[in-house]
Amino acid sequence: MVVGLLSPPETDRVFRALADPTRRDILRTVLTQEHSVSALARRYPMSFAAVQKHVAVLEEAGLVTKQRRGRESLVTGDFERVRNARSVLGAFEQLWRDRVAQMDQILAEDR
Amino acid sequence: MPIVRVDKDLDNHTMTVVAEYDAPVERVWQLYADPRQLERFWGPPTWPATVVDHDLIPGGRVTYFMTGPDGERAAGYWDVVEVEAPRRFMVEDGFADDTGQPNPDMPKTRMELELDERGDGGTTMTVVSTFASNAAMTQMLEMGMEDGMSQAMGQIDAILAEAG
Repeated sequence: MVVGLLSPPETDRVFRALADPTRRDILRTVLTQEHSVSALARRYPMSFAAVQKHVAVLEEAGLVTKQRRGRESLVTGDFERVRNARSVLGAFEQLWRDRVAQMDQILAEDR
Repeated sequence: MPIVRVDKDLDNHTMTVVAEYDAPVERVWQLYADPRQLERFWGPPTWPATVVDHDLIPGGRVTYFMTGPDGERAAGYWDVVEVEAPRRFMVEDGFADDTGQPNPDMPKTRMELELDERGDGGTTMTVVSTFASNAAMTQMLEMGMEDGMSQAMGQIDAILAEAG
């Protein structure tokens, strides 16, 4: 693992945030348009507290931001962060692609 | 190219790499079993690795550091969990500080490697990397797996595409 290329706690948080279908759905929803937590809660057959928890996990991963407006808490998807999340996962993939190619080069010297 | 497949499974927070080599299982195993060969491929091209300790037995430890383009160092270690030479090993890959001591604040990635003989004498390598977990994550993963979905990277692409 290379600290300079990948921040593992970040990778971990992103994986954790995206590991749940409800959270992926919330992210999809708020990337298109901001929603209050209560509006989100009405979309899912679960308690307000449960939805709030899902939003908190997404927020911790930096995928959404929350803003207070009056008595409402508005959730917006962070498009750039979602893009970055994708590249964090992409960097890990690249690390392995490089390893596989380098392994192949060493094996080629045998021939 | 020797890479056959890379699958990212968000529900299980794993990444699976499958690669094919035109070399027998024993030869591919040597790439990991021999520290001098391991350091030739473990680091990215711009971050070559140096393997310090190499004790690839259950309970053993492999330590390494990588040197970046500006001379900066990133150290890591494997806690070796299981070894079935020459086909399989499982290690916990973690970060170390400048003195090579494990950094407990950083999550570890589990790496499970398997080598399978192909009919033509070649080798299929399967590496499953599992990102660090904790009780809360496990719970959420269980929630995520209820619908039995095994979603790949395409999901993020789909999310991005939908949001336009």
